[in-house]
Amino acid sequence: MTQYVVLSAILFTIGCVGVLTRRNAIVVFMCVELMLNACNLAFVAFARQHGNLDGQITAFFVMVVAAAEVVIGLAIIMTIFRTRRSASVDDASLLKY
Amino acid sequence: MTFWILAPIMVVAALGILFVRKAVHAALLLAVVMISLAFLYAVLDAPFLFAVQIIVYTGAILMLFLFVMMLIGVDATDSVVETIRGQRAMAVVLGLLFGTTLVLGVSQVTLGTVVGLDEANAGGNVPAIANILFSRYVFAFEATSALLITAALGAMVLAHRERLTPKATQADLAAQRIRDFAEHGKHPGPLPSPGVYARHNAVDTPALLPDGTAAESSVSRVLAARGTVRSAPAMADDIDDVRRQIAGFEAQDPTTDPAAMPETSGKAGAPAHTTEDVRKDVDQ
Repeated sequence: MTQYVVLSAILFTIGCVGVLTRRNAIVVFMCVELMLNACNLAFVAFARQHGNLDGQITAFFVMVVAAAEVVIGLAIIMTIFRTRRSASVDDASLLKY
Repeated sequence: MTFWILAPIMVVAALGILFVRKAVHAALLLAVVMISLAFLYAVLDAPFLFAVQIIVYTGAILMLFLFVMMLIGVDATDSVVETIRGQRAMAVVLGLLFGTTLVLGVSQVTLGTVVGLDEANAGGNVPAIANILFSRYVFAFEATSALLITAALGAMVLAHRERLTPKATQADLAAQRIRDFAEHGKHPGPLPSPGVYARHNAVDTPALLPDGTAAESSVSRVLAARGTVRSAPAMADDIDDVRRQIAGFEAQDPTTDPAAMPETSGKAGAPAHTTEDVRKDVDQ
């Protein structure tokens, strides 16, 4: 069972690095999804480890929340793209000043 | 066994997301990761999550990503310029540190024997999940419905664009067309259709004006921008070529050997046509 959790940790780390390095807002978003998926894998693995289904339920709720989050996030990215003609996270820095 | 096949694929695909330039490629690699993950769920005794992962994640969420990508522009690539100096290197170092800590920490924990879900899944995985979902987690489930409605409304509000100017009606368009004609002399009628020639009939050949020049407006602007418009005078030359050959036939005695005729061939680039072809044309 440890190998599943290790794989989950590796995927989470890759997602983390992706969020930090990539500039395209959509790709950053995909990396967030990767992190969520990695957590789901850990949940499902632990559900099997402990022999109850609470982990699977949690993974299911994570999926639901991820779906809602993606819808809103992509709508925001599109709105930003409409006003700034760019999907790069560097261009949406108006709140900085 | 499935794990050891899928795990390297997943890690390689996930690493690919970090390195590919185009967002579409990243989306496809993410699809690989997600489908592999679905199979891992199946291995881990979670057939319900296997289906949900494929339907919701790969089917809905990734397609949404691709849709938005098409709206924003598929060719959008990441800029290589770093806005914060050394950010990338720092991120990689931090990621490596974090990953090593996490993996080392996890691998040092002894998890004990795997209980397995055979007992919990005794009456089937989906009924068992439904039992828990609609008893212990029923409040969370209801809250989820509120969340989904809010998300749907939010997406509609965010994606909605207020129309600032009234929509141009057909009468407005017609008036504008006539105004253009009065002010700039722009032809008010429809654009001319592309040329139809004896040996070529396609949208990439401009029509010829009475003076023999090409009518630029008869081919699509896209083709003109791509530079794939064929030269109309060259096509017209082909017509002249055919006409000359026909004239040559009529001047000559029909009993003479066709091979002895003057060598005629099409324009450079056009397939060379022989006298036989011309005779066929004449017959038709």
